[in-house]
Amino acid sequence: MSTVRTVGWTVVALVLMALAVPWFLWDTSAIAAGLPVWLWWHIGWMALASIVFAVFARTDWGLGVEEVR
Amino acid sequence: MADTALQLGIVGAYMVVALAVGAVAYRLTERTAEDYYLASRTLGTVVLLFTTFATLLSAFTFFGGPNLAFSAGPEWILVMGLMDGIIFAVLWYVLGYKQWLVGKRHGYVTLGEMLGDRFGSTALRVVVAGVSLFWLFPYVMLQQKGAGQAIVGLTNGAVPFWVGAGGITLFMIAYVALSGMRGVAWTDTLQGLFMLSLIWVAVAWVLSAVGGAGEATALLATEKPAFVGLGGGIYTPQYIISTAVSIAFGVTMFPQINQRFFAAGSKKVLKRTFALWPVLVLLLFVPAFMLGAWAAGLGVTVPEGGNVIPALLGEYTPTWFTALVIAGAMAAMMSSSDSMLLSGSSYLTRDLYRPLTGRGDASDEQTDRREALVARLGVVAFATLSFVASLYTPGTLVQIGDTAFSGFAQLTVPVALALYWQRTTRSGMYAGVIGSQVFYGLHVFPVIATVAGLLGLDVALPTAYMGWTPGVVGILVGLLLTVAVSLTTAPAATENRTAYAVSGIESD
Repeated sequence: MSTVRTVGWTVVALVLMALAVPWFLWDTSAIAAGLPVWLWWHIGWMALASIVFAVFARTDWGLGVEEVR
Repeated sequence: MADTALQLGIVGAYMVVALAVGAVAYRLTERTAEDYYLASRTLGTVVLLFTTFATLLSAFTFFGGPNLAFSAGPEWILVMGLMDGIIFAVLWYVLGYKQWLVGKRHGYVTLGEMLGDRFGSTALRVVVAGVSLFWLFPYVMLQQKGAGQAIVGLTNGAVPFWVGAGGITLFMIAYVALSGMRGVAWTDTLQGLFMLSLIWVAVAWVLSAVGGAGEATALLATEKPAFVGLGGGIYTPQYIISTAVSIAFGVTMFPQINQRFFAAGSKKVLKRTFALWPVLVLLLFVPAFMLGAWAAGLGVTVPEGGNVIPALLGEYTPTWFTALVIAGAMAAMMSSSDSMLLSGSSYLTRDLYRPLTGRGDASDEQTDRREALVARLGVVAFATLSFVASLYTPGTLVQIGDTAFSGFAQLTVPVALALYWQRTTRSGMYAGVIGSQVFYGLHVFPVIATVAGLLGLDVALPTAYMGWTPGVVGILVGLLLTVAVSLTTAPAATENRTAYAVSGIESD
């Protein structure tokens, strides 16, 4: 079970890294509410990352790091 | 002149507050190395969060970063967010939490100690400390130089460079020798909160003067349309990823950051810090770098060799506020330097002085006292040497300082493998650590071109590999070397392969 969870959280971490920069908005210069849209995406994404990290810390903290081999 | 007095007064007031904090910390500090360097592993959430943060950010937040946003667009926010907010947070868990567990069990204070013990090798310990100090020393020197120059700028040359840099060096020596980690962490916290508040007040002030964020961004879009669009100019995907990866990896191995992994008070502290990290990064960098970008739309002129934030604030806010921000940035420089000094001295005394003078790690009250003295002498020696270097600033040292992040980044992969892959051998570590340093070093310093030139040949290493920096390629080289050599060599007899096998339970 813990292997599945480790792989799952690794994927989550990689997705968090991969989309911190909105590559799909490359060259877009739309503005909304006073800031470029790509910056709003980033702001939202970082807030999401914080929440995901908090959920991880609450549920599966220690995964992959603590087991004795 | 009144401005100068005001600015010096603010810097002076900061120093007095810092010394007072240091004095309180001194009264609470026991005379042991673990307490001096790690505050006996007791740092709480807010203090750990801000001391890591303030240590990490130095003057880049107020000066370098906004200057980049001013000249190339605000995309550096993305680099900082990806690097500092996410990759570093993941490393915080993967390397930091593991190091904390391992360090708590075995009582490690430095990275070199941790590796030396696992691989039964004093030489590895010396190499890791040597590599770290090689990159750290010029970086400290650059901070002293920056602070000295800021004093010169502040007083319009009334205080000469050597007095400014020397005065700040003396202050830092006194402060670090007095208070150790506890005092350093406390002032970092005060200062981090101070910086964060200042930058938001600055944004509010400037935006209310120009009619809001919508207006400021609209002006930016007219003046510099490319800045509003994502990418373009220096910002390519390779640039963003290379920079974010190499800085995040480098930060993790900077002695003053790496040592903080050992200093957390509890698992709960590490958890909370980890979750708060992306938000803190956002709160600081979005306003700081957007100010730099908006300044480009507002047509702010930056004097030659000057910085955009003071120029912008000079136009839109009263003088005392600009002075406050500049003083805050100088204080930031000092707070990063004192952390570096403290950690540098621990590497110097524990990983170089001890092994090279044939002393063991056994400790009793008497050796603890002697070590505490040696540690303080280490601070004095380190700071004095870097001060002397800052007076002459040979070009090569500046180059080393500028390339320090990627230099440290080369250590990350071998350390991660050592922590997680039991098959890692001592020879593998030597190959990975030394090999990647040599690879990166050859790209930073023109050794090959020079040697080839002596032979009459025109050979030089590429400056990039398909758009990827040598720093990032070097990380891969380190990975390949560590794995390949570990697989083909047998573990040495003195290795302690289970040293890093820890459970979480014993550390609660």
